[in-house]
Amino acid sequence: MRYRVLYFASLRDAAGCDAEEVGSASRDARALYDELRGRHGFTLSAERLRVAVNGEFAEWSRTLSDDDEVAFLPPVSGG
Amino acid sequence: MFVLSDRPIDAAALTRALAHAAAGACVTFEGWVRDHNAGRAVRALDYQAYEPLAGREGARVLAEAMQQFAIVDIRCVHRTGALAIGDLAVWVGVSAAHRDAAFAACRYVIDEVKKRVPIWKNEHYADGESGWLHPDNTPVAGGA
Repeated sequence: MRYRVLYFASLRDAAGCDAEEVGSASRDARALYDELRGRHGFTLSAERLRVAVNGEFAEWSRTLSDDDEVAFLPPVSGG
Repeated sequence: MFVLSDRPIDAAALTRALAHAAAGACVTFEGWVRDHNAGRAVRALDYQAYEPLAGREGARVLAEAMQQFAIVDIRCVHRTGALAIGDLAVWVGVSAAHRDAAFAACRYVIDEVKKRVPIWKNEHYADGESGWLHPDNTPVAGGA
């Protein structure tokens, strides 16, 4: 499968990019995060993040489809 | 109306836009960039947002406030990009027939925006370091 992955805040710094195209055998959001965490050395575990698929919040168990846009969201700090 | 803006916020114009013949109260909140956090001197900060989802989640917060409180109008603008000490980072404004609902709705919106809307703050410290903040308000190692 191919996904477009978006990174923000400390994840963006660790990945060294704001987005990337990822070819992956991972079929759900949690597996994809764990795979990319290993690749980029993210310090935040999935438990501290939220995930969004195609611009809307999603469950970590969400099954992904080809060309989905997946955003990993660190704990927010607006305001 | 929830808006992300990469330009300075015009609070006076936003407040005027809340005016309504049925409104007898107006409450606004301004969040400013301060020069310290968690014991460290701050010289500037950046906000980053996941704009499509931040816009939708912000609009949901305002819709909830309209439903929960007896208010006439409610708006929120949040900055993105680079801000200096003293800059207006977030503005919330509410008009209502009476003050109780206006205060409560304003408080609800700023609290929910800080909790839920995908916006992140990167503080630049006087000692040259920087860090992305998280809900416990401490920077995460690896911020550059």
